[in-house]
Parts: sequence; C-alpha cells; structure tokens
Amino acid sequence: MYDGGKIVAGLVVFLVLVTVPVWLNALAGGTPRAPELELPRDESRCVEPAAVMRATHMELLDTWRDSVVRSDDRFFTLEDGRRVERSLSRTCLGCHDRKDAFCDRCHDYLAVSPYCWDCHVIPEGGTALAAAGGGVR
Amino acid sequence: MRAWSALAIVVVLLGVAWVASGTGGGQAVIGTVIPYLAVALFLAGMVARVIGWARSPVPFRITTTCGQQRSLPWIPSATLDNPHTGWGAVRRMVLEVLLFRSLFRNTRSELRPTERLVYESDKVLWVAALAFHWSFLVILLRHLRFFLEPIPRLVPLLETVDGFFQLTVPTLFLTDALIVAALLYLLGRRVLNVQLRYLSLAADYFPLFVLLTIATTGILMRYVTKVDLVGAKELAMGLVTFHPVVPQGIGTLFFVHLFFVSVLFAYFPFSKLVHMGGVFLSPTRNLANNNRARRHVSPWNPEVKVHTYEQWEEEFRDKLVAAGIPLDKE
Ligand code: HEC
Ligand code: HEC
Ligand code: HEC
Ligand code: HEM
Repeated sequence: MYDGGKIVAGLVVFLVLVTVPVWLNALAGGTPRAPELELPRDESRCVEPAAVMRATHMELLDTWRDSVVRSDDRFFTLEDGRRVERSLSRTCLGCHDRKDAFCDRCHDYLAVSPYCWDCHVIPEGGTALAAAGGGVR
Repeated sequence: MRAWSALAIVVVLLGVAWVASGTGGGQAVIGTVIPYLAVALFLAGMVARVIGWARSPVPFRITTTCGQQRSLPWIPSATLDNPHTGWGAVRRMVLEVLLFRSLFRNTRSELRPTERLVYESDKVLWVAALAFHWSFLVILLRHLRFFLEPIPRLVPLLETVDGFFQLTVPTLFLTDALIVAALLYLLGRRVLNVQLRYLSLAADYFPLFVLLTIATTGILMRYVTKVDLVGAKELAMGLVTFHPVVPQGIGTLFFVHLFFVSVLFAYFPFSKLVHMGGVFLSPTRNLANNNRARRHVSPWNPEVKVHTYEQWEEEFRDKLVAAGIPLDKE
C-alpha cells in the first residue's frame, strides 16, 4: 500500500468519529434513564391528556399566545367544566410549580431551550399566583 | 427518464416502512435490527472500499496542477494550486474538503441562439453543494442530542445559531430549510437540464429521493405531526449503549424516518456516495507535485539485468590492455 500508514490512520479517525455516541456514552458510564418528572401533587389532570401534552404542548402554547395577543381571548372552558386562563406563567407553572423539576428536566434531556423566559416570569410558588386570579379554576 | 425507476423504489420502500411502522413487530424490527445491520454494512463497506483504493499502486504523481510549478527559487510558484510539499497538499485538501474548491471552477457550456458555443462559470452548483453538505453536517451534529447523555455543549450552541431567527414554535432551524432547498435544486438540475438528464442514471436520483424523504419526515416530525421525543431518545440511547428498547407510542413517522436513514447508511458504501471517503484518496488532489524533484520508481518495472562499463572493462581487461586502449581503472 502506498502511504498505507496515513490511510490506515485516516480510517481509524473515521471509525472513531462515527462511533462517537458509543464510546462517549460508555465513558460517561451508567445506564441512561428518561428524566424523572415531578408532577403536581394536588392535581391529577393536565389541560389535555398527558400523551397529547408530551408531544404537542409547544403548539398548544403557540395557539394560546395567538388567542391572547391577537384576539384578546384569555379564558376558555375545558370539557370537564374547568375554566382555564391561557397563560404560560400563571396556568402551566401554576400547577407545574417547579419548572426546574418539570419543564427543565425534560428540556435538558433533549437540549431544548425555549427562549420564552427571556420575557415571561418564572413565578416562585405558582399556586399563590394562580390563587390571585389566574390559572385554572 | 431514469428518475422514475429510482422514484418507484423509494415509493415501495416508503410503503413498506409505513405499513411496518404501524405494527408493534414492525417497529421492533425497524427500531433495533435494521439500524444495527445498516451501520454494520456502512462501516464494513467503507473500510473495504478504502482498503481497496489503498491497495492500488500510485507509482507516479498525477496531481492536477492549476498554477506555476516550483522550479527555480526566483520564480514564484503557486504553493496551493501546485503544491510541492506534503503540507502544501494538506492545505489544498483541507480547502477541497471544507469548501469544495475544485467545484468552484465549475463551468457550463451552452449553445446560444447565435449558434455559438459558450462556456461560462457556473457557481450555483457550488453554492447548492455547499449548502447541502454543511446543512447535513449541522443536522447530524444536532442529532447528537438523541445519542448522548450528557449532551455536549456544542449541540445547544449549534441550535442557538441555527434557530437564530426564532420563527415558529418549535423554533425553525435554518438548516432544515436550506437542506430541502439545496436538495430540490440538485434534483431540479438533473430533471430540467436536457444534457444532465441524458447523463443521469437511476443511481443519481435515488440518493436524492432518499435524502429528501429523510429531511421531509424529520421536518414533519418537528413542525407538523409531533412525535414523543423522550421515547425517541430512549430508543436512540438504547441502540448506542447496546441495550435496544422500543418504547410505546413514539409515532409512526419516527420509524419511517429511522428506516430511511438505515437505507441511506446501508446503501452508502455501494454507491457514488462513497465520495465522502473517496475525496481523501483522490490522487489528483492529495499528492504533492514533486515528479521532477524526486525520482519515483514504478513498482512493476521488470528487473533489468545491467552490465556496467566497469564490469565490461573488467571482463575484457587483458584484451584492452593488449590493444593499448586506455582504461578507467588501471
Ligand atoms: C419578546 C418577549 C416575549 C417572548 C420572548 C415571549 N413572549 Fe409570550 N408574551 C409576551 C407579551 C408581551 C405577551 C402579552 C402579555 C399579556 O397581554 O398578558 C405575551 C403573551 C403570551 C401568552 C398569553 C398570555 C400569558 O399570560 O401567558 C402566552 C401563552 C405566551 N406569551 C407564550 C409564549 C411562549 C410559549 C413563548 C416562547 C416560545 C413566548 N411567549 C415568548 C412577550 C414575549
Ligand atoms: C390543572 C393543573 C395543570 C395545568 C394547568 C397544566 N398541567 Fe401539565 N400536567 C398536569 C398533571 C396532573 C399532569 C400529569 C398527567 C398524567 O400523568 O396523566 C401533567 C402532565 C403534563 C405533561 C406530560 C408529562 C409527562 O408525563 O410526560 C406535560 C408536557 C405538561 N403537563 C405540560 C403542561 C403545559 C405546557 C401546561 C400549560 C399549557 C400545563 N401542563 C398545564 C397538571 C397541569
Ligand atoms: C415530556 C417532556 C417535556 C416536558 C415535561 C415539557 N416539555 Fe416542553 N418540550 C419538550 C420537547 C421534546 C420539546 C421540543 C419539541 C421538538 O423539537 O419537536 C419541547 C419544546 C417546548 C417549547 C418550544 C421550544 C422551541 O424550540 O421553541 C416550549 C415553549 C415548551 N416546550 C414549553 C414547556 C413548558 C412551559 C413546560 C413545563 C410546563 C414544558 N415544556 C414541559 C418536552 C417537554
Ligand atoms: C442521515 C441521517 C439523518 C438526517 C439527514 C436526518 C434529518 C432530520 C431533519 C432534517 C430533521 C428536522 C429537524 C431537525 O433538523 O432537527 C430531523 C428530525 C428528527 N430526526 Fe433525524 N435525521 C437523521 C438521522 C436520524 C436518526 C438516526 C434518528 C434516530 C434517533 C433521528 C431522529 C429524528 C427525530 C426524533 C426528529 C424530530 C426532532 C424534533 O421533533 O425536534 N434522525 N431529522
């Protein structure tokens, strides 16, 4: 082989790069687990079934935002009679009051970083805010 | 048109993937067996191809030279376009691999209405090729978020740059738009240009259709019909830690995406796509042009029996002396 040494070295580099996930995970050790989410203690239902929420909550938030800022339509009623305010900080974080143990755990697991919090507040003790007039009733 | 047969194969594969993805057993096969087989074929195939190329002799340097060769010290030489050292060749290769420098010289010939044949520079292909390959790389690197835990800092960094305009929720990645636009151009070029259509084979269309299917299913998953990404990551992590799992309810589209990615990987070493490895082994690019400065001996030269003057003189020494002919070695 002409330049055999260089070609074999190149092949080794290629194989190492392609298998990055295998050996990086092996080096990191431990079996990977899906994130553990802290669910609201005093509530049992989300605004939609959990499976739907898991996949489509960002689209729901998008439609909520459009309803609020474009048609000033802030409230709606769920099939089970609960009245819901379309609000990111007051409603979602009213129930999921620990963002870092719910939203963030999932988002960090998948390297999602919503920029919403550039403007929206992360309430401390969301239930208090919900009691002050917003959220779900 | 040979595009039809390629399209037919892709449609059949799509049908198979779609039906299989709807069933539990199908998901298990597409989510475990097929990716492993595809990656095994990819790695073994690539190694075999490169070793095959490496074994062909390169006795003489056939570098393409696009500038003044190095000669006398006071004549400036083009060290990049006509490298005479190994490092010069490395610099040339880096630019070739990262920026497709030789494609930058792409020209196109056209018969003008005046019946005159004109050649002109055609940079669109270069731009589209760069857009496609770089988008592909960025997408692959961003996908590392499914395969690594913890996720390296590079991934969020790429996501921030790629999602710079913060359009739509989830944020639109520019590379998603770019890769589709570039692929459509590369396809359109072959379909619309008569000369190119004549030259194109099914094997030219097939990778384009497969890549378009992968990009389309990926984009649909992100922006239109959502899938459960936590499940997708569990499956991906299972694959790379060799504990394959197939979580319930990820969504059909994910398995179609994964199936076509497997098809691409399995097909890669046997198709023109091996140019990924081939570019590094192009003797017209990767060698220094030192044909004149150094002697390169062909390995298949037959062994020539030589009889030097010295030996001849020795053999006929007495006769030469007798004839009074002067000798080199007294
Ligand atoms: C540039 C600042 C900014 C950013 C970034 C931003 N928003 Fe908002 N958002 C606003 C403002 C201002 C309103 C109007 C508040 C009102 O009228 O009550 C609003 C209202 C909303 C509402 C309805 C009202 C409420 O109380 O929540 C929702 C839902 C919402 N945004 C969701 C989002 C989501 C989801 C994101 C991230 C993808 C986001 N926003 C990012 C500024 C922002
Ligand atoms: C009334 C309280 C309440 C409100 C308001 C609420 N959630 Fe939930 N959410 C829950 C509960 C309880 C669950 C767990 C449901 C289950 O497991 O069946 C849940 C589940 C979820 C899940 C799925 C978690 C998983 O198991 O994978 C997501 C995602 C989610 N919520 C997001 C949101 C977002 C985004 C909002 C705002 C649009 C919101 N929730 C508003 C109570 C709430
Ligand atoms: C079950 C895991 C999970 C939970 C819990 C969760 N998210 Fe998400 N979220 C995701 C995933 C995955 C994405 C990215 C979706 C994609 O790329 O298709 C996402 C995306 C988003 C986006 C859009 C981000 C973008 O790129 O523009 C917003 C906004 C968002 N989530 C808000 C929330 C809020 C608020 C909560 C907590 C109330 C929450 N999410 C809880 C998994 C989760
Ligand atoms: C050749 C390799 C691949 C290519 C070109 C490709 C391409 C894409 C593209 C263009 C998207 C759109 C969103 C984005 O850019 O992030 C996407 C999304 C996605 N891909 Fe791939 N993909 C490949 C391999 C894989 C593999 C091996 C998996 C297996 C885990 C995978 C899983 C996903 C998932 C789950 C999404 C949805 C992401 C979201 O909703 O944000 N892809 N893909």
